[in-house]
Amino acid sequence: MAYDGSSARGRVDLRLTGSYKREQTVEGECARQGRVAEAGESAEQAACGSSATTCIEVRDLSFFYGRYQALQAINLELQARRVTAFIGPSGCGKSTLLRTFNRIYELYPGQYATGQILIDGNNILDKRQDLNLLRARVGMVFQKPTPFPMSIYDNIAFGVKLYQRLSRYDMDERVEWALRKAALWEEVKDKLKQSGTLLSGGQQQRLCLARAVAVKPEILLLDEPASALDPISTLKIEELIEELKGEYTIIIVTHNMQQAARVSDYTAFMYLGKLVEFAGTDTIFTRPREKETEDYITGRYG
Amino acid sequence: MEQVASIPATVAERILQRRLRRGYLADRLFAYTTWLFAGVVLALVLAISVALLVGAWPAIRKFGVGFLTSADWNPVTDTYGAVVPITGTLVTSVIAMIIAVPVSFGIAVFITELAPRWLRRPIGTAVELLAAIPSIIYGMWGLFVFAPLFAEHFQPWVIEYIGRLPLIGGLFSGPPLGIGVFTAGIILAIMVIPFVTAVMRDVFDLVPAVLKESAYGLGATTWEVLRYVVLPYTKVGVAGGIMLGLGRALGETMAVTFVIGNAHQLNSSLFMPGNTISSTLANEFTEATGELYTAALIELGLVLFFITFLVLALAKLLLLRLTAREGERT
Repeated sequence: MAYDGSSARGRVDLRLTGSYKREQTVEGECARQGRVAEAGESAEQAACGSSATTCIEVRDLSFFYGRYQALQAINLELQARRVTAFIGPSGCGKSTLLRTFNRIYELYPGQYATGQILIDGNNILDKRQDLNLLRARVGMVFQKPTPFPMSIYDNIAFGVKLYQRLSRYDMDERVEWALRKAALWEEVKDKLKQSGTLLSGGQQQRLCLARAVAVKPEILLLDEPASALDPISTLKIEELIEELKGEYTIIIVTHNMQQAARVSDYTAFMYLGKLVEFAGTDTIFTRPREKETEDYITGRYG
Repeated sequence: MEQVASIPATVAERILQRRLRRGYLADRLFAYTTWLFAGVVLALVLAISVALLVGAWPAIRKFGVGFLTSADWNPVTDTYGAVVPITGTLVTSVIAMIIAVPVSFGIAVFITELAPRWLRRPIGTAVELLAAIPSIIYGMWGLFVFAPLFAEHFQPWVIEYIGRLPLIGGLFSGPPLGIGVFTAGIILAIMVIPFVTAVMRDVFDLVPAVLKESAYGLGATTWEVLRYVVLPYTKVGVAGGIMLGLGRALGETMAVTFVIGNAHQLNSSLFMPGNTISSTLANEFTEATGELYTAALIELGLVLFFITFLVLALAKLLLLRLTAREGERT
């Protein structure tokens, strides 16, 4: 896991909005890498080479709520096993963009996306893409904690059962593993049969994280995961993100710029449905290229 | 100076005090009025029970528990047993719920989850319209339209094939009359569906979108989301809707009277005529002569009152246990 952050970020600096490089076709490796991780091996760097690889590639993505265009020809490359933050004022389309990665928007009639989103080289916007499999690979955590109306144990087991038939013992293991990943195990190990809705807000959110992790996805989408939480719970969530990024590609939407600066490796600044700037987080926050970015991060509008 | 200043102050104070006192009195008055109204409900329930009890007393004294265990209902010999109408009431209601609950669930799921937006409102309105149709219309339709069709096309087939099966065959034997206990159950189901559907739809709509998104986000199918997230989340409301339907089915009078056949005989076949408590009352009250006959009918009413009460109480108990259990285990 010893990765030279500065060099990786430096490289990304060159890859500005809309100018993705065609030669970057190592997405296939990313898939293999995912499976390696699933097998439980920690040699994640081995498969993908020493530096970061592209996991999600967005090409000319536009999004529509009926006739309203919320995203305008977004081009973006997201690195595997890194944390990418989407920032921008309300209504800029960052959540919309996030919601295209698992096509959750399709639950609602009238919402559609055009363009391409390649995950491991496959265009997931393709009609033939199996939605359930996609969502098994791309987990999501929402702003509001959403524990299911069932026990803590079943909250975790629910998602796993959708894809795997585990023995009782294996399931117990998986539940513990997921809860430990979400740093919740110690708090709930004695009340696994209790309803998940009885936990505190911060615990509920970590339960949702555990639930998403339990399915062993490759990508985690976090939609303002800490904005409804108190500072301590927020800190815990941020620590979790730090810990999880070794194994997952994480995309986080946040209104909190300090949070973006703290947890992310890359930051994308969006404004009015456009991707204004995408670069290493350090660069965005210290030497932004665009004036709009600078205005936003220094609090001049938004 | 001081006095000049203090005089207006006290006047203002007095006005304020008076206004406050008036506000306080109005509040008290309002509170007492609501107490009164709510008390009327309790008084009514009590009064109805007492009236039924008094009216039924001659029959209770004469037959005792035998009223509930005898199937012999004979105005000529003045002996009355309520087994036939009680069984009829329970059986028709059970048939109605067996049909209505899954159908209502399906309709509600379709309206809330699957239907394209433009179709939701028309179907929802149609369901509400069905609920508004008077029961006598259902009865007439059942007797003149449904029963003949049922006797001609459905019953012969069922009697021929299912009637031969062991165990359940006995339930579907006899002549294809069209009317009967089973027909009454079906008509009841049709009448109950709009109520149960409307409640289910309303509670399904209450499930937060983000909760469903979370489940879909894990890759769950529509059915899995419904079964494991929507239904547990709304179970109290769904049970309430079912109970509302059951209450209506138990008490429904006119439609059942039209199609059940009104025969005081106990039959193992659901295709044979029967009777329910309310249809017996509707049919026989006008011709009830003699104190005992009237008292027996009133006692029937009392029994229906108890059955309804019992069903509601059981439902509440069930819900309490469900909620309590959720605290400890799934």
